[in-house]
Amino acid sequence: MDRRYVYLDNNGTTRMADEVRAFIHENESLYGNASSMHTLGRQAAAGIEWARSEIAKLIDGDPSSVYFTSGATESNNTVLSIFRDRIDSGDSRKKIVISTVEHPATIETAKYLAGKGYIIDYCPVDGIGRLDLETLKRIVTDETALVSVMTGNNESGTIQPVKEAAAIAHSHGAYFHTDATQAIGKIPVSVKDIGADYLSLSGHKFYGPKGVGVLYARKGAPLSPFIHGGHQEHGMRAGTYNNQAVYGIGKAAELARLNLTEEHDKLWQMREALRKGIEERIPDVVVNGSNDENLCLPGTLNMSFPSAEGESILLYLDLEGIEVSTGSACATGSLEPSYVLLAAGLDVELAHGSIRFSFGRYNTMEDVDYVLEKLPPIIEKVRSMSTRKV
Amino acid sequence: MADSFMAQWVYTDTVKDHFINPRNLWKEGEAFEADGVGEVGSLACGDQMRVGIKVKDGRISDLRWLTYGCASAIASTSMMSEMAKGMTLEEAYHLTPSMITDALGGLPEHKFHCSVLGDKALRAAIDDYLEKNGLDNPYKGSTAKIICECKGVTDQMIEELVKTGKVSTFEELQNETGASTACGKCRDRILEELNECLHIYGK
Repeated sequence: MDRRYVYLDNNGTTRMADEVRAFIHENESLYGNASSMHTLGRQAAAGIEWARSEIAKLIDGDPSSVYFTSGATESNNTVLSIFRDRIDSGDSRKKIVISTVEHPATIETAKYLAGKGYIIDYCPVDGIGRLDLETLKRIVTDETALVSVMTGNNESGTIQPVKEAAAIAHSHGAYFHTDATQAIGKIPVSVKDIGADYLSLSGHKFYGPKGVGVLYARKGAPLSPFIHGGHQEHGMRAGTYNNQAVYGIGKAAELARLNLTEEHDKLWQMREALRKGIEERIPDVVVNGSNDENLCLPGTLNMSFPSAEGESILLYLDLEGIEVSTGSACATGSLEPSYVLLAAGLDVELAHGSIRFSFGRYNTMEDVDYVLEKLPPIIEKVRSMSTRKV
Repeated sequence: MADSFMAQWVYTDTVKDHFINPRNLWKEGEAFEADGVGEVGSLACGDQMRVGIKVKDGRISDLRWLTYGCASAIASTSMMSEMAKGMTLEEAYHLTPSMITDALGGLPEHKFHCSVLGDKALRAAIDDYLEKNGLDNPYKGSTAKIICECKGVTDQMIEELVKTGKVSTFEELQNETGASTACGKCRDRILEELNECLHIYGK
């Protein structure tokens, strides 16, 4: 095949949808401060409220529970900050429970809090990276303030039993937060169905702009600002609105809602075609996560290639125009490979050799064919250089 | 794609060249009878290297290598192989990571310690060659740097203790050598050396 550019890092970020780009462009003249009382301000605000309602429709929640933030990292930080505030104010519930495979935005924030003396409990996952509900039942007690479990994992693609986890949290009177950043636009996400008190999401993961996200907080769930200094978002999130980014995430939410089923099926087809093609063409490969459509985000394929190191594979693929990511330590700038894969019990060497292919809306079956042509000789080359022969 | 900005490659052009076209690779099935073989690192650590040398008239006449590791690990071993060829055993024994890194046009700092192991694998191969041939090893110890001045503990002492599995923690190292038990000024450097050795030989 002719040389192509194949972007398979859609879990990292996505290209903005053409419709989103056009919509932002159309509304570029709305530069008014949405907090201003004059016409231009009110017009800008109307756009913000439209976007809020689109987000609400996408996650099956109430628009008044939707708070715009700079992204899911801020949303996750805000949720932990809310409970830090409550603990500081003498609340009798002093424990926060998170899974061992949460995104760094949650796990690193929790570690930071642990370093300050707050009590963080970690719930382990099984071999495909799915939450161990039996352990969760034991860990969550009447002293638990918050349980936070992501909807779907960014590295393995594993879908978490968030509905069950929320029920466990609620049975002890604890609140439940889910970081749905990776799941949005790929599988149906309903805050009502899950029973989520809080939910985080980011625009750039579903073809919206970067730098904008949402914190959903159910009416009645505790709230306190993380960023102070203005009355925006009912005083819960200060800072002048980034109008165009908010319009963009609104448009992206509309598209995600309208195309969800079709998009899910197309992503899963490409993922499975790549997985089967790799398994046919390359000996000795391991899938990290699940191959069950109900347990895996449709566009995510995480595989390890024993005796081949991840960064080398990534850079050889990059030279062919194929963009992926790796759980190798080399790519993280540390000496440890992906904690997500290790938490699922994966061997350290396999984690160093893991590659994540993540499909998106703009990929095609031709992309799959191109990867299936380019990948086998690369793995063969890396393995031929390796100290251990397969 | 927009072209206002140009992406730099992750490493220097020299690294890229050696990554794409590795020199002196130990190809499968190749008839290469090594006079000495050295191996350092581990798969668990993400970097492992094996170096085989041929020795003629006290010089490295030929050399082959294998590497499990990232692009900079592959490139640095490849570069080392070019530099070491033709060197006397003494010169080869004193090849340092900095010399390899300089020849590559530099590496990011976090890559320097973990991926430049070629010199150590080469030294291990020379040790192996001398041992196999019942020859004295006049070089062992000659490259040692003192880290703990109070107790006279060198980097090679630490390397040897970790390599042989006698030491895996700072406390064990202190008990074994007394390192950093007097003035304590060297603590950070001892820890750095220990962690590096644990990365290369540990687990």
